[in-house]
Amino acid sequence: MTGTGTFLGIFLRRDRWIYLWWGIGVAVLYVSQAWSVDGLYATQAEFDKAAASMEGNAALVAMAGPARALNSTGGQVTWQAAAFGAICAGLMSMFIVGRHTRAEEESGRDELLRAAPVGRHAPMTAALLDALIANVLLGVLVAGSLAAYGLAVADSLGLGVGLTLTGWFFTGTALVAVQLTTSTRAAYGLAGGVIGVAYGLRAIGDVSAPVLSWLSPIGWYQAIHAFSGLRWWPLLVTAVATVAVVASAVAVFDRRDFGSGVLPPRPGPARAEPRLASGLGLAWRLQRPVVTGWAIGLLLGGLGFGALGDGVGDLVGDSSYSRDVLLHGTADVVDGFYATMIVMLALLAAGFSISSALRPRSEEDDGRVEPLLATGLTRSAWLGGHVAVTVAGTVLVLALAGLGLGTSYALVTGDAGAVLRLSVPVLSYAPAVLVLSGLARLLHGVAPRVAVLAWLGLLLAWVVLLFGGSLGLPRWLRDLSPFEHLALVPLEDFRWAPFLVLTLVAAALSVAGRFAFRRRDLH
Amino acid sequence: MIEIQRLVKGFGAVRALDGLDLTVQQGEVHGFLGPNGAGKSTTIRVLLGLLRKDAGDVRLFGKDPWRDAAELHARLAYVPGDVNLWPNLTGGEVIDLLGRLRGGLDERRRADLLERFELDPTKKGRGYSKGNRQKVALVAALSSDVELLVLDEPTSGLDPLMESVFRDCVDEFRSEGRTVLLSSHILAEVERLCDRVSIIRAGTRVESGTLAELRHLTRTSISADLASAPDGLESLPGVHDVEVDGHRVHLEVDSTQLDPVLSALQRAGVLSLTSQPPTLEDLFLRHYAAS
Ligand SMILES: Nc1ncnc2c1ncn2[C@@H]1O[C@H](COP(=O)(O)OP(=O)(O)OP(=O)(O)O)[C@@H](O)[C@H]1O
Ligand SMILES: [Mg+2]
Repeated sequence: MTGTGTFLGIFLRRDRWIYLWWGIGVAVLYVSQAWSVDGLYATQAEFDKAAASMEGNAALVAMAGPARALNSTGGQVTWQAAAFGAICAGLMSMFIVGRHTRAEEESGRDELLRAAPVGRHAPMTAALLDALIANVLLGVLVAGSLAAYGLAVADSLGLGVGLTLTGWFFTGTALVAVQLTTSTRAAYGLAGGVIGVAYGLRAIGDVSAPVLSWLSPIGWYQAIHAFSGLRWWPLLVTAVATVAVVASAVAVFDRRDFGSGVLPPRPGPARAEPRLASGLGLAWRLQRPVVTGWAIGLLLGGLGFGALGDGVGDLVGDSSYSRDVLLHGTADVVDGFYATMIVMLALLAAGFSISSALRPRSEEDDGRVEPLLATGLTRSAWLGGHVAVTVAGTVLVLALAGLGLGTSYALVTGDAGAVLRLSVPVLSYAPAVLVLSGLARLLHGVAPRVAVLAWLGLLLAWVVLLFGGSLGLPRWLRDLSPFEHLALVPLEDFRWAPFLVLTLVAAALSVAGRFAFRRRDLH
Repeated sequence: MIEIQRLVKGFGAVRALDGLDLTVQQGEVHGFLGPNGAGKSTTIRVLLGLLRKDAGDVRLFGKDPWRDAAELHARLAYVPGDVNLWPNLTGGEVIDLLGRLRGGLDERRRADLLERFELDPTKKGRGYSKGNRQKVALVAALSSDVELLVLDEPTSGLDPLMESVFRDCVDEFRSEGRTVLLSSHILAEVERLCDRVSIIRAGTRVESGTLAELRHLTRTSISADLASAPDGLESLPGVHDVEVDGHRVHLEVDSTQLDPVLSALQRAGVLSLTSQPPTLEDLFLRHYAAS
């Protein structure tokens, strides 16, 4: 443990801005819900009416969480922000853990520090403490700002403490992920997958199978019932689970060598396959594991949502009012639900598409491109290979998500026509997804240093989908999200015009990015 | 082969290259030297069309390396100083990948080089040590059938045994009438391999020529025991730092002005004499140190 303090000091210094931005962002996420709810409804009667309609909306329940006390400000805050806040805490923890452990080990910088008289566990312990502290800060900011806003102190504290503990749990799983994998990229994939599964389990659980929510740390967090009869004991589950995952991370760490993962390296082929030696062949080989991972993940996601079948209608209950004002103003509960789930799946696929479009940038950053471009491979061919993989991979991932959704829905309901009826609409979001990755490509071409800002496009689209209504975002801001323009199939009829326009926009962004890349210095 | 005139390249406020000239002729091994940050790697990157020049004239095989990059690259092989491999490709795959992208590699030479460099081609990228990563790039470059090798500190990280293998390989490469541009900080390597060298500092060339020519530009140091006290040494052209202690004398003389000094010493009667030819080290130190 010697040296832990020194490491922690360095980490905290390096991370202070990250802390600040995540902290402010998440606190704003919670408080803005309270603020917008209070601004939206003039009378309690109006509020009750709206709450009743939300309660019956399976799509909203799947996205946000169990509907409790939605006719109160606190209830709305909990409902709208908790799941999303937990995801943010999870991502923050994952990035903090990743950048101080696997990324350092991978780059070799870690060795410089480890060679100093420090304990074997020091960097890992310091990274753990660092992430734990960051989550405490997150919790304090959330609890403090909600209490300051004027909500009940105990329940505000509950939301804050719950968020901290959930973040701690994901810190633990991230710590396990970095032990199991040998690259930062793979570690983020695994840790991010855990967060995604946690979210998906509780989405399905909240809609129709409550037991699944109890398998999810996000479910535990929401089970404290903040602002609707606060209870603390679910957080005990989180605490115990956190201790268990951290302990297993330490156990794995002790069994592996520095710089390696758990699995021993295996020798590979001594010769390359002929098709590796082309822009496309190389890009496919490099991105294959990522494409496969996302494809499987989204297939499972689609299967999970589709398995809800028609059951989503039950949530609505008997209130004829809720039937009338269900999402998007239609009475067709099931179609409304699936229309929203399809957008969600497309947004998840956008995660793949953007990270795939940013892959050339990280290749360039890691200095692997220079030797390649010093051969007969042209810049266009090199980048073109990656573009092809991104576009084809996006279509594949969307197709599998749709196939999963349609197939499992058909199996549950016996309605064979649903396979096509639900899977094709997922694919129809391809242009919107490709607009986001086209933006990433443009940034990579024009300003590679800030290319990660491409993720803001996805963030905006998420916020618009999840909170567009509840936050009362202005029209122009919502229109910035490409997903807003496409028809909500199967709820609405498919429209060609936005589909074609977005396709053109995506192509234009991508071509502009490639053009800019051809004309700039290699970094 | 390579013609660079008045090349200028800046990064924001930093002027990395400031009117650089460089000429490399067919069939020579050309040493490219200069202190850290002098602009060697930047020059090479411009030459490979990876960076865009701001001004000046750059010709590679008589063509513009930015416009005709891919076509020209089929005729050269490049080894960077810091080789980063893909974690999930093996060394053998990388060698094949780079070789084929260059337009094919010589199978016999590939096998031979793997053996001589004692390289295991089945390891994955992250399993290689620094020196072994360097070897992967070297094998890929040397087994390609190209006219020009561009090497940016290719031996950083190689052990002495492997360094000598590398030198043999470069010799063989040159004996086939092919050309090498070699940036290096290892003077012994430069002395052993290079026909001509160019020294750059702060983005401009300060010296260029064969090693013999460069040696000529520096000073020889002479110590002598004389039969009588010498006089008039200070006033000879090209003589510096004269120290006289009784009948012992120590001085430095420009290598072009040796003759008059030796005559003067002879007049005083030489009992013993040692002369130190300029070492490359002196030469470089003189050029590297900011004047
Ligand atoms: N991408 C870049 N952005 C900003 N400055 C750069 C960049 N690349 C090089 N420089 C600057 O240009 C100058 C020349 O760098 P270069 O890498 O060419 O030096 P070098 O002669 O290869 O040095 P070394 O012997 O250390 O390899 C340095 O001052 C460096 O800081
Ligand atoms: Mg250099």
